[in-house]
Amino acid sequence: MEHYINYIAVGAFTLYLIYTSFNGGFDRSASSLYTDIGVAIILAVSLSMVVGFLGELSLGHAGFMCVGAYVGGKLAVLFTDAFTNLDTYIIFAITLAIGGLTAMLCGFVIGLPALRLRGDYLAIVTLAFGEIVRNVFRNAGGYFGNDGKLSTPRLDNQILPLITFGLVLVTLFVTQNIIRSKHGRAITAIRDSEIAAKATGINVTKYKLIVFAIAALFAGFAGVLSSYKVNKIQPDTFDYNYSIEILVMVVLGGMGSVNGSIIAATVITFLNKFLTTDLVTILNENFNSSNGVIAYIKDSLPVIKNIIYALILIVIVIYNNAPAFKGFREKYNIKNLFAAIFRRKQDPAKHQDDEAKWNRVPTKIEIDEVLSVDIQPGSPYNPDKSEKEEK
Amino acid sequence: MSKVVLKTENLGISFGGLKAVQNLDLEIHEGQLYGLVGPNGAGKTTVFNMITGVYKPTAGKFFLDGENLTGKTQEAINHKGIARTFQNIRLFNNMTVIRNVLVGLHNQPEFKCSMISSVFRLPRHFKVEKAMRERAKEILRIVGLEEERNNLSCNLPYGKQRKLEIARALATNPRLLCLDEPAAGMNPHETAELMDIIRHISSEYKITILLIEHDMKFVSGLCDEITVLNFGTVLAQGTPDIALNDPEVIKAYIGG
Repeated sequence: MEHYINYIAVGAFTLYLIYTSFNGGFDRSASSLYTDIGVAIILAVSLSMVVGFLGELSLGHAGFMCVGAYVGGKLAVLFTDAFTNLDTYIIFAITLAIGGLTAMLCGFVIGLPALRLRGDYLAIVTLAFGEIVRNVFRNAGGYFGNDGKLSTPRLDNQILPLITFGLVLVTLFVTQNIIRSKHGRAITAIRDSEIAAKATGINVTKYKLIVFAIAALFAGFAGVLSSYKVNKIQPDTFDYNYSIEILVMVVLGGMGSVNGSIIAATVITFLNKFLTTDLVTILNENFNSSNGVIAYIKDSLPVIKNIIYALILIVIVIYNNAPAFKGFREKYNIKNLFAAIFRRKQDPAKHQDDEAKWNRVPTKIEIDEVLSVDIQPGSPYNPDKSEKEEK
Repeated sequence: MSKVVLKTENLGISFGGLKAVQNLDLEIHEGQLYGLVGPNGAGKTTVFNMITGVYKPTAGKFFLDGENLTGKTQEAINHKGIARTFQNIRLFNNMTVIRNVLVGLHNQPEFKCSMISSVFRLPRHFKVEKAMRERAKEILRIVGLEEERNNLSCNLPYGKQRKLEIARALATNPRLLCLDEPAAGMNPHETAELMDIIRHISSEYKITILLIEHDMKFVSGLCDEITVLNFGTVLAQGTPDIALNDPEVIKAYIGG
């Protein structure tokens, strides 16, 4: 069911965009906001494949986006110069494909160490990748603009949101269909227990690489889109904080939940716009701009934004895991609330048969796995036994 | 004598200076129920870990149906036909019971379905999914979990989780099924039921079974032949009656 809701919601919004675009059009800030939302959804959904379904922590998603943005942007510049009579949209399509595929290749390369590294160590590799990529483009001898500030052609801001949401639909189609197939089952099996997945004959190497590559492909698409949105792409846009922002979207939406990621991406983008644009306008209108305190607050808004994300992340992790909130969680569970509203006849044997509902992601590091698989029953270190006795 | 399914030659592994298993020679024949027993720390699970590819043996070789599988990866060994269960249960906890078995069916050649046909929902995808579900239900029926197929596997009671592990291993269509303490944590009633299931699998599906167990009644009631390990070396080999009455074995278990 959940995946249909996604198609319906995103599809309806796309139709609304098409309607507005051809009936009067949207103003610049609305166009920019819609594009941002679409890009954020693509990023969040693709990252949720890695984090939520494969169960590997990636902190370099903005790096893949950066690759897409610069490769796509540079190609667009070259093509526009070389073929003056070529249609903008054809150039866009070509650069989108090449930018995405380059990012995919990077994802594949980053996926290779992922076969040897687990958990935190992989996160560090991806984090390093994100930082390296950004600085490579910044220092590429002016080929990608001075200090990496590359002027790129833009697309009509009446059309760009439509294309973006078209790509959101493509992203949803691909990721959800993979997740809801035998391949998705294998991917979630790796998340739940890599040892058992291997023993069951799942090719862990292959699936990790595929997931990394697909996530990078869509991040690359998002990067190309973002390069067509702005006049100049800047390396600092794709910094560590941006990767974390995408991760916050995935965590806020509930790991392993695609519709959660979509909602969270939308909310975070609105929050972003409010904190960086709307709030400044409000402050300017209501307060004297020479007031030192107000000027200080205005300057520090981007930093406050990061503090807010950090707080959201901490609160969610504590709320989801702390035993003290257990009763509260069960009482105010959105699913239970919905169930109370639409009180249908619920057959307990019928739920969750063919749906991808995995909301709790276990940690990857298990002590007994690291030490030995050979723990005898009856020994005081047997985790199974102590667990059983507690019950 | 019937065909040899698993044969180990001088198999051994050492972790640094510790020789966990040494000079292990096993010969398991087709259709046999073979037991591996021994006191705690004897190296039984280490043997399992070697023949399923978790550990690479540092000495010797092992063969499945005459094919040398030493040093192959876990996935490759599973494809060749050795499936296992774990001593400390490792199910896919966030999946339903039937999904666990479906993961086991993933690599069966008749259920091959490329990612492209899954993404574009080609007819192949639906056909394979349907056939897989049917097969999974059949397998669950063998271990008596068909009714619970839509429950989350982590919500199953302990004994049923063990049975589900067996079902998942069976789904990979093994030649040799390795059960690591299948009866641990089960009550006498469940143990008896499990013995029936294992006998049924062995006789009905002609799957050779190698099992580790501490419950001597379970072993002597079920196995055709056993090997007793202690400190990584073989103490005794033979039918349960002979091997378990060996004075060395009694000494290892009771001491003195």
